[in-house]
Amino acid sequence: MSTTTTPEVRTRRSAPSYQGFIARHAATTPTYAAVLILLVLLAGAETFLPGNFLSPGNLSALLLDNAYLLVLAVGMTFVILTAGIDLSVGSVMAFTGVLGAQLLAQGTPAVVAVPAMLLAGGAIGLLIGVLVQYFHVQPFIASLGGLFLARGLAFVVSLQSIKVEEPTVLWLQQTRIRLDGWYITPTGIIALLAVAFAALVLHLTRFGRTVYAIGGNEGSARLMGLAVARTKVTAYVISGLCGGLAGLLLTAYSGAGYPRNGIGTELDAIAAVVIGGTLLTGGRGYVLGSLVGVLVFGTIKTIISFMGAEQSWMQIIIGGLLLLFIVVQRAIVARSERQR
Amino acid sequence: MTGILRHRLFWPSAALVLLIVVNSVARPKFLTTTMRDGQLYGALVDVLRGSAPLMLVALGMTIVIATRGIDLSVGAIMAVSGAVALTIIDGSGDPENVGTVLVAVLVAVLVALVLGVWNGFLVSVLGIQPIIATLVLMLAGRGVALLITGGFITTVNSAPFAYIASGYLTLLPFAFFVSVAAIVAIALVERRTALGVLTEAVGVNPEASRLAGVRRRGIVWGAYVVSGVLAGLAGVIYASNIKAADANAAGLFIELYAILAVVLGGTSLNGGKFSIAGTVIGVLIIQTLESTILFLGVPSAESPVFFAFVVVAVVVIQSPRVRGALRSLTASRRRDVAEPTTAEVAP
Repeated sequence: MSTTTTPEVRTRRSAPSYQGFIARHAATTPTYAAVLILLVLLAGAETFLPGNFLSPGNLSALLLDNAYLLVLAVGMTFVILTAGIDLSVGSVMAFTGVLGAQLLAQGTPAVVAVPAMLLAGGAIGLLIGVLVQYFHVQPFIASLGGLFLARGLAFVVSLQSIKVEEPTVLWLQQTRIRLDGWYITPTGIIALLAVAFAALVLHLTRFGRTVYAIGGNEGSARLMGLAVARTKVTAYVISGLCGGLAGLLLTAYSGAGYPRNGIGTELDAIAAVVIGGTLLTGGRGYVLGSLVGVLVFGTIKTIISFMGAEQSWMQIIIGGLLLLFIVVQRAIVARSERQR
Repeated sequence: MTGILRHRLFWPSAALVLLIVVNSVARPKFLTTTMRDGQLYGALVDVLRGSAPLMLVALGMTIVIATRGIDLSVGAIMAVSGAVALTIIDGSGDPENVGTVLVAVLVAVLVALVLGVWNGFLVSVLGIQPIIATLVLMLAGRGVALLITGGFITTVNSAPFAYIASGYLTLLPFAFFVSVAAIVAIALVERRTALGVLTEAVGVNPEASRLAGVRRRGIVWGAYVVSGVLAGLAGVIYASNIKAADANAAGLFIELYAILAVVLGGTSLNGGKFSIAGTVIGVLIIQTLESTILFLGVPSAESPVFFAFVVVAVVVIQSPRVRGALRSLTASRRRDVAEPTTAEVAP
């Protein structure tokens, strides 16, 4: 982000130009800040860590290791943009992963098992959406019900880890499309496609604009005649579907379905979305920001394992970073409200 | 009769009684308590003892929710306080000394208090949404706990420390008395002083209460401090029960169960009116349900499915839509009876 003081920025108020700049770009500033942090992290790691951190292999692994989180963050972005929250995604991922692994182990073809995973995720999302929209349950509590349901069902399917030997699913992970040391796996491609698809939907379709409108002001959106109910429920269904997709990616990644997977992953996804600049009050944010948020998350994780430090630092650093971002967001929102 | 039906503790109490009846029919031993050496044993006593950590956490959560907040960090605070207590006892070289244990517990609760102050600062001074503000500590807290224990599960053999969870004070478990003391203290402070009313005022309408001269900041801050301290105590009891500090497992999901207990007890998540008796009943319902599920031979890992149904049933019954349908149903049945204004507890 360049901090050039362009002359036309000067507003009629006597406020310094940078204030006007920040006020008008309040929606994008947090995302740019996330990009900045990502660059600083990468540069810092390259400079201070022994060895070659910015190698193509390392950067490619970043996408590979965090593909499932990226998909979850995409779904979470939809929900948070409508000013909701979905606590169930980590458990939905575990449930669909274990369900898929079980189905495959019983000899179900992947053509059936994979849609079943997505459907299971979507169904839990639908349940949460209906509770939120038609029964006026707070998103927090409704998705808490979804969390319990999915986590319990995961253990109902199997108490142990189930190994996956289905070649199609493993192909998603093992295939490496290489280009000069860079590589990408089908899981990474799926995750990136999810991001691209979500960005297009959010910015170019009536549904996407309605999502933003609901987050901005639900009452106004309703008075404008927008399909608030349908859109809100759909947002949760999308999050559930993303949970199912993440279950597939994680199953491919770990080669097994395990009912204890993804405990606390919903928090990682929320943290990534917030770090990416989406406001938890809804209405402001970008899916691409969530991509950046996930990359920040993944980079910190890689740096920590590079340094050989304890993984417990990961939680502390992510917590601290989350704090930094919400304080910054809070300041930006307060400032733009004062200027209005 | 309708007066009793209308009472807001009616349905939670009915659910608890129903659970106990079902249990006593299904396994007659449920109600029997045996006396050994002046100490009571039995399934009911186990419920009372086992509920202590959740009770403490849920009490704090009630106050926080009454101020329109939520405290997600209680589980992490439990992990930290357990880790602190056990690390002190472990490092003292004299784990059997009562003084050491007292110091350890005191320091652990103080640390929890500091964490509560931190949460309160973020919410009341910086004005960050409570879910997010406490999410920070929820994420970072377990990391801190892991650092304190060095990434291991610290175990300790200390009779005075084990007493906190499994010891008996005359008839009943000591942990039970701890939770009773907490209930009484909270009830006295909130209901016998103006603090409870002020807390509800802040929760019902923050702006109106500010204009009325209520010092919102202090009240909200205090709520998070209380929640932190109670979570700290709960962490000590949990650690004492398993005689170890497990930074990953201590208090896992307890924030969710505590919120569920508060909601079961009839306190709205929208803040405002709160019921301490309701929370106590809510905790007992959860603990009895947990014991029932175990008795049914369901692996405890699968118990979340049952709680999912409880959550869904409770929120659907509380929802305006269903309430409206029920009300119109009863209204049509006795149409001649003049219906008073619909000034019910807002769902």
